Amino acid sequence: MSALSAPTTHSRLADVFESCKQQQRSALVSYLTAGDPDFNTSKELLLALAEQSDILEIGMPFSDPMADGPVIQAASERALAAGTHIADVFKLTASVRAAHPDLAIVLMGYANVPYAIGFDDFAARAKEAGADAVLIVDIPPEEGHICDTALKTHGLDRILLLSPTSTDERIQLACDYASGFIYYVSLTGITGADMGDMQSIHQKVDHIKSICGELPVCVGFGVKTPAQAAQVASFADGVVVGSHFVSHITDARNKADIRAALSASASSMRKAVGV
Amino acid sequence: MYKLDITHAPDSGGHFGRFGGRFAAETLMQPLKEIETAFFEAWQDEAFQAERLDLLKNYVGRATPLYHAKQLTAASGGAQIYLKREDLTHTGAHKINNTIGQGLLARRMGKKRVIAETGAGQHGVATATVAALFGMHCDIYMGREDMARQMPNVLRMRLLGANVIPVDSGTATLKDAVNEALRNWVASCEDTFYIFGTAAGPHPYPLLVRQFHTVIGQEARAQILKQAGRLPDVAVACVGGGSNAMGLLHPFRDDESVRLVAVEAAGLGLDSGKHAASLAAGKAGILHGNLTFLLEDDEGQVQGTHSISAGLDYPGVGPELAYMLEQGRLELDAATDDEALEALQLLTRSEGIIPALESSHAIAAGVRIAKTMSADQIVLINLSGRGDKDMNTVFKHLGWMEDGS
Repeated sequence: MSALSAPTTHSRLADVFESCKQQQRSALVSYLTAGDPDFNTSKELLLALAEQSDILEIGMPFSDPMADGPVIQAASERALAAGTHIADVFKLTASVRAAHPDLAIVLMGYANVPYAIGFDDFAARAKEAGADAVLIVDIPPEEGHICDTALKTHGLDRILLLSPTSTDERIQLACDYASGFIYYVSLTGITGADMGDMQSIHQKVDHIKSICGELPVCVGFGVKTPAQAAQVASFADGVVVGSHFVSHITDARNKADIRAALSASASSMRKAVGV
Repeated sequence: MYKLDITHAPDSGGHFGRFGGRFAAETLMQPLKEIETAFFEAWQDEAFQAERLDLLKNYVGRATPLYHAKQLTAASGGAQIYLKREDLTHTGAHKINNTIGQGLLARRMGKKRVIAETGAGQHGVATATVAALFGMHCDIYMGREDMARQMPNVLRMRLLGANVIPVDSGTATLKDAVNEALRNWVASCEDTFYIFGTAAGPHPYPLLVRQFHTVIGQEARAQILKQAGRLPDVAVACVGGGSNAMGLLHPFRDDESVRLVAVEAAGLGLDSGKHAASLAAGKAGILHGNLTFLLEDDEGQVQGTHSISAGLDYPGVGPELAYMLEQGRLELDAATDDEALEALQLLTRSEGIIPALESSHAIAAGVRIAKTMSADQIVLINLSGRGDKDMNTVFKHLGWMEDGS
């Protein structure tokens, strides 16, 4: 195993964090699953969410989302039931990219989808669609051999996760491998669970930063309220909101309501990280 | 005394060639590492091994017999058929070999709670049994569809004090039970040990499950040498995830004269698309922590499977079996639902032994193979479990009425 250096071209993610730093605020990192609840609605929702976000995570639906809670599991099931293919994920990415040239876009999902179409093909198409980075939940640094070369070749950052169970050795390993940012999972659990104790999250983030140096650290899993987002923003470089945004799709009585609810919610989160 | 050394070990990352590995969420990486460390320490610890072997002997009832099935041999009209009687273990299937081992490991690591997935319910019952024995809290994840077809085992687990949690997500079968158990474990790994039921999952589970089951093949090898004076020509086991197959076949791997045959569930037929034959019809992919053969579509979405036996109804397979297949050390066979039902009746009528539907797949293929061989040859079949749990399914397929008419 050898550590990968960050892509040589200046990355959009680096620009986003630099710009947020200048504005003395955290980045809002927003998540939705591609194709949820259907292609056209998903496109509209992703575009609306992009308006308020610094970084957009676009989820690639998978049949077995093992690290996700009920809200994002249901999102994957809705997207697949609506016939979402990997080509649709790239089409949606390209639509968002066309409308938002400065937004950083992260494709997020599970290993088996990119593995099935081949990591090289996947990385080439992701880059062409306008993605900046990839976050694969079930490829830890130790298994990076199956994707690192392809991602590096096509100039995509690789976001890695750290969690409360990560030892110093693992933090060092992730920092050596990751580029773009570190995604700190705030709790030992699945997406959408209740947030852990804010003070211990703060301490762990400081500890990670002391090991990782310049690499930005974003915090996610369980951020549901603007108050939580504001607290996290006080010590992290970015705040990830996922299940909370997806739940607007789950809760909506009709598709027309979703966009308004999502935009309002994203707007209040965006204000919260700016404090 | 059993052999304590580990042969054919994976690399330090748990890879068997290009298969296996540890494709897990970050939160689970450290707990998995801790289990790996604890396992290697325990495996070298004489006191751990002595307690394990004592339980296998006096609690599980090992060694299980190797039975020369003369009537089944006569009915087949070919090679001599020997059955390794894992159906005679405490709880009625081989699964207890592994749960004793992992249960001891959990206790050694100071864990107070164990969780497990189950398909047919045999692994769930074996886990609940060990939890009762060691005084641990036990939660079992089981697909709702599997609960319906294996109700006797659900009731046994409850009687043993386990909490059976129905899983409705996805296809509501074994793969979804694994997903749900993993989701719980991510949130509870500090005080909880995940007793994984098959020779798959993230490293070290494929190795650990194999090592706890190799007692099957080690006994069978010694027994056949004693009874027949020679090694078998063929060793046969059914494969869902691969725990009983690795248990029987692994100790014969270096015996080049012994053909090793894995029998998958062909369901309604391999051409029907309704089966669970991941080695025969799958392609390499990543699920539940390891790289192995999977039944999936072109874009990596894992497919629903079909088998009459809940224990074989899984879209993946242990990574070491995938490796052995690519290395040419494993032969593939398959049995359909109907062939398994026929084999169940054949063994029951000819020998008075009712096999589990899972094991019936191995019987079906073993008999078919024996027919092509001569009377001086030997086919060894792993009779991995007994059929009591399957009676409702069997009655339904035979068209019998519930009142016995």
